[in-house]
Amino acid sequence: MGRKILNSFHWLGFSFLEPLVRLIRGEEPKKNGLIIFRKVIVPIASVLLFLGVCNYFAHYLYAVERERKIEKTLATQGEEAALAMQECIDSGDLSCKPNSLPSPGDVWNGAVTLIEDHKTISADKEAFREKTAGINAKRKAQGKEPITYTGRPSFVDQIMTSLETVFAGFLLAALLAIPAGIVLGLSETLRTALNWVIQIFKPVSPVVWLLLVSMVVKTILASADMDKSFVISFISVGLCSMWATLVNTAMGVSSVDKDYLNVSKVLRLGVFSNVFKVILPSSIPLIFTGLRITLSVAWMVLIAIELLAQSPGLGSFVWEEFQNGANDSNAKIIVAMFVIGGIGFALDRMMMLVQKAVSYESRA
Amino acid sequence: MEIVTDTKVMLECKDLTKAYPTPTGDFVVLEDFQLQVKEEEFISIIGHSGCGKSTLLTMVAGLNEITAGQVLLDEVPINGAGPDRAVVFQSPSLFPWMTALENVMIGVKQVFPHATKAQRNDICKYYLSKVGLADAFHKKAIDLSQGMKQRVGIARAFALKPKVLLLDEPFGMLDSMTRVELQDVLIDVWSKEKITAIMVTHDVDEAIFLSDRVIMMTSGPYAKVGDVAHIKLKRPRERHTVVEHPNFYKYRQHLLTFLDH
Repeated sequence: MGRKILNSFHWLGFSFLEPLVRLIRGEEPKKNGLIIFRKVIVPIASVLLFLGVCNYFAHYLYAVERERKIEKTLATQGEEAALAMQECIDSGDLSCKPNSLPSPGDVWNGAVTLIEDHKTISADKEAFREKTAGINAKRKAQGKEPITYTGRPSFVDQIMTSLETVFAGFLLAALLAIPAGIVLGLSETLRTALNWVIQIFKPVSPVVWLLLVSMVVKTILASADMDKSFVISFISVGLCSMWATLVNTAMGVSSVDKDYLNVSKVLRLGVFSNVFKVILPSSIPLIFTGLRITLSVAWMVLIAIELLAQSPGLGSFVWEEFQNGANDSNAKIIVAMFVIGGIGFALDRMMMLVQKAVSYESRA
Repeated sequence: MEIVTDTKVMLECKDLTKAYPTPTGDFVVLEDFQLQVKEEEFISIIGHSGCGKSTLLTMVAGLNEITAGQVLLDEVPINGAGPDRAVVFQSPSLFPWMTALENVMIGVKQVFPHATKAQRNDICKYYLSKVGLADAFHKKAIDLSQGMKQRVGIARAFALKPKVLLLDEPFGMLDSMTRVELQDVLIDVWSKEKITAIMVTHDVDEAIFLSDRVIMMTSGPYAKVGDVAHIKLKRPRERHTVVEHPNFYKYRQHLLTFLDH
C-alpha cells in the first residue's frame, strides 16, 4: 500500500512528498525529518516571506499614493477638502481609495469577488436558459437561430476560452511542426535550404505574428460568419510556438543513433518501416521535449495575443481590468497573473506526464 | 594468398581496397586484400587496434563503401547491406523501445515475408530460447543487461538465416565473465546452424576457441594478411577440453608472437 502511494507520487512528480509519507509510517524519523525540513518547510517559509515582502511593499506604495492624493487635493481644492479626503481614505471608503499595488489581502479579496461574480453570472445564464428554452424550441422548429446568452463572460469563462485557444494553437503547432520536422530531419538538402526560414521566423515577436495572421485571415474569412478573433489568435499562437517542436523534431530525426540506422540497413527495412519503426520512436524523447516547450510558449504568448486581438480570454480580461481602473482592478489583475502562472505550471506538468508515458527512455 | 579448393567458397574478398581521401593524399587502410571463406567455416580476424579489421568487416556487411575491388557472396558481388549478411554489432544496437521478441521479429518479418504470424513467432522464440532468453521475450530491450542485449543481438542475427554471419567484436563491451558465457552461447547456436562466420576480435583465446581459421592482420595503413593459423581442434568444442588440449597453447603462442611484432 505504502509502496503504491510512493510510486504514484513519484510518477506524478510529487516525489518531494515522499519523506512525509515515510515519516508518517515511522521510517528513519531523523533523516526524513531533515528532508521534510529542507523540501517542505523551507519552501513554505519562502512563500510566507514572499507574501510578507509583498505586503510591506504594497503598504509602502499605498502610503506614498495616499500622501500624494491628499497633497493634490490640498493644492487644487484647499485645506478643507484635503482633510475630508484624508478622513475618507482612512475610513477605508472604496470611493476614495488610492490606487496602488494591491496587498496580498486585497488580492485575496479580488479572487473572492471573481468567484462570487462567476456564481452570479452562472446563475444568470441558467435563468436565461430556462426562460428562453420554450422560445428557442419554437425558433428551432421554424428553422431560426436560437437566442444565445450575450452577457458579460465571467472570469472562469475567460479561463476556459483561453484554454480552448491555447489547445487549438498547440494542436495546430504540433500538426504543422512534427511532419515538417520529420521531413526536414530526413533531408539534409531541405534542412539547409529552409534553415534561413526557421532562423528568421523563430525570433519573431508574437505581436508581429498576430498582425501577419490577421492580414491573411481578414481576407480569407472576409465573408465567413465565424469568430474571426478566435481564429486569428489560435493561428498566431500556433505559429509562434511551433518552432521549438520543429527544430527538435528535425534534430531528433537527423541525429538518430548510427547503430540503429545500420541495423535498419542490414535488415533492408523499407522507407515506411524505417521512418515509423526506427527513426520516429528513437526521436520521440526529443519531439516531446519540443512539444513541452511549444505548449509553454503557446501559453505565454496567448495572453499577449488575446490582449491585442480583442479575442475573449485571460489576456483581454487583464487588459479590460487595466482599462477599467476600478478600485479592485489591480487586485484582479494580480489574481489573473497567479491563475496564468498556475495554469502554465499545470500544463507543463501534464506534458511531462505524457512525455514520461510515451518515451522509452524514462523509467519511473 | 591462400587458395581454398576442396569446398564451396561462400564469401570472397577480391583485391579489396579502402582509402579515405585526405588533403595530403589518400589514406589507405586496406589494399588489395584477398580472403576466401568456405561454406560452414568460422574464421576470426585478429590484429591491433586500427589495423582495419573492422573496416574490412563493415565493407563486407555493405555498411562501408568499397574503394576498389569486390566482395563476392556466393559468387555474386554484394550491393549494399542486406539480411543475407547478418551483423552482430559491438554495441548490441537493439531498438530500446521494442521488446526482445520485437527486436528479433522486425528482422524475421523482412526475411520471411510469406510466413504466417505463428511461424514467425516460433522462429523468434526458438532463437531467443537458444540464447537463454526463454523467460525474457516480452522484456523491453532497455531493461535488459548488456549481456542479455548481446544475446538478443545474436538471436536476431541467427534468426535471419543469413548466408554469412558477421561479428564485429561482439563481446568487446562485456565483462570477462559474461564474455565467456556468451562465447559458449555463440558456439552452441553456431554448431547447430553452421553458418559461415567472420568474427573480428582482439581476444586471442576467443579467436582460437571459436574459429577454424585465424587471420592475423598486419598493422595499418596498407594492412594485409600477415599470417594464418588453422585451428584443428575437433568440434563440437567445449571450453575445458579446448583449454586442456596441448595444441591450444601452441596456437596461442603463434598468435601472441605475431601480435607482439
